[in-house]
Amino acid sequence: MTAMIEACGLTKRYGKTTALDGLDLTADAGQVVAVLGPNGAGKTTFVRAVATLLRADAGTLLVAGYDARKQPSAVRRVIGLAGQFAAIEPAMTGRENLEMVARLFGQSRRTAKASATAVLERLGLSGDGDRLARTYSGGMRRRLDLGASLVGAPRLLLLDEPTTGLDPRSRIELWDAIRALVNAGTDVLMTTQYLDEADHLASLVVIIDHGKSVATGSPADLKRQIGGNIVELHARHQHDLVRISEMLGRLDGGEVQIDEATRRVSVRAHSGGDGLMSALRSLEASGVELEDIAMRQPNLDEVFLSLTGRPTEDRGSMAAPAA
Amino acid sequence: MTTAIAHGAAGGRTGLAKSTFTVTRRALLRYVRTPQLIVLATVQMSLFFLIYRYMFGGAIHIAGMSYVDYLVPGFIATGVLFMGIGTATAMAEDLEQGFVDRLRSLPIPRSSVLIARATADTAILAWSTAFTAAVAFAVGFMLHGSALDGLAAFGLVVVIGFAFEWVFITMGLFAGNAQAAQGMGMIVFPFAFVSSAYVPVSSMPSWLQVFAEHQPLTYMVDAVRALTLGPQAQALLGHPSSYYVTRSLLWALAIIAVSLPIAVWKYRRG
Repeated sequence: MTAMIEACGLTKRYGKTTALDGLDLTADAGQVVAVLGPNGAGKTTFVRAVATLLRADAGTLLVAGYDARKQPSAVRRVIGLAGQFAAIEPAMTGRENLEMVARLFGQSRRTAKASATAVLERLGLSGDGDRLARTYSGGMRRRLDLGASLVGAPRLLLLDEPTTGLDPRSRIELWDAIRALVNAGTDVLMTTQYLDEADHLASLVVIIDHGKSVATGSPADLKRQIGGNIVELHARHQHDLVRISEMLGRLDGGEVQIDEATRRVSVRAHSGGDGLMSALRSLEASGVELEDIAMRQPNLDEVFLSLTGRPTEDRGSMAAPAA
Repeated sequence: MTTAIAHGAAGGRTGLAKSTFTVTRRALLRYVRTPQLIVLATVQMSLFFLIYRYMFGGAIHIAGMSYVDYLVPGFIATGVLFMGIGTATAMAEDLEQGFVDRLRSLPIPRSSVLIARATADTAILAWSTAFTAAVAFAVGFMLHGSALDGLAAFGLVVVIGFAFEWVFITMGLFAGNAQAAQGMGMIVFPFAFVSSAYVPVSSMPSWLQVFAEHQPLTYMVDAVRALTLGPQAQALLGHPSSYYVTRSLLWALAIIAVSLPIAVWKYRRG
């Protein structure tokens, strides 16, 4: 079966900046691929290349078997693009927006109406379809944008940071919509800064940095590579921090991180539940008081630290928001 | 859902006419349904026209005619230039907000998006010009030529507007965002004012006259003026209307011939 996306040595430069530096990526059909990386890693540039919005300087890119450079029209016929900026027309209703895109795919007036109705229904916007898009909330706009990428019945959906800037509830609604699409057979290539998003939606995660792929695998594979979840203890008293870090340090081999300002100590939980339980029992026995205990997924900074041995430099940390 | 949708043949594109029509419709709907846009388009030109006519009308004397008769052709011909700044801004906004991205990712001809922009905005400026002309008639403007010449004058203004649209579309594509587009739009001012539009060129200092005499707007304004002034025109302007109309059309053609390819190239490149 033809791979859905085959990128080989993809390179793109903007003046002195190299956005894509020989990126290799293969996504088989039937997959949801999440491209994960901090700002400036090249995620958006890659999606734009797949969407035929730009041409790479070097390397090859095949989308659904078509050469993105030589057969861009063929690629455009099978893709649907939904970007961060929710590119819809505010002065048209949801329905009109969808009909417009459907017509641009070459559908007749009647077919376009049917496509629009079907997509509105699928995304839970049927009731709001006849209101002007400028009256929509942020989450609804994103869903409409997603809808616009669907009316042409694409084989591959390109989602560029689909939930950035959304409140937690809209985020989850959008995840559900995406999952439903995947179950119905659409392939997805998405970019994200959030590890939990990749975890929830993707079957293949590609971590990129500086325009190159640094790790590839299923979410489970990657987490194994990174070493699983992080345990975080929030101490009540500053003077207990040292004690806690000693205790946690004994949880096989993880490096302990202390944040004195917030009185938090964190460590990777390799051994899962048991080691943690015994450490907590010893802490309790020694009279240490804890404000809070949390177990969370590593955030992107921690993933990078683990994979590349260095932090994501001055891009700022991308903590996974509480979902 | 997928079974209900008919696909075109792989590699095929939606036709130019259909694509252009669909995108034009969107631009027009945006105008019509955004109160501030449609009110501005209708009223702004007229407002400024009234200001010029009443503020300057008393101070500026043109031999042999009322200032309002002198002003209207000039004002309307350069008015389309000012409306063009709106085109550059709209183009830049579409770029900024990702709307152009969506259009470029669709299987439609590249040029359809640009033609749609030019068509929609030309329609808007035709509307604005018609409204201003109506206001002009209401405050004393008179056609001294035939009604046919008057219509030709209107048609010429629309053609001029359409030609300059391509300059502004190019501007918007290069500007990349609304503020930059507005800034670049300021180039309109010397072309609009250092011309025969508002005052006779002979009244300007000699170093400005050189520019005014040879720039396209002067020819265009004088062409419109020749058509609306009728027989008086030759005496005032020195040449028959055909002279000015021909030159205006040649300029319009030249403007399109230069800016259209640049616009398409820039749009394709992204």
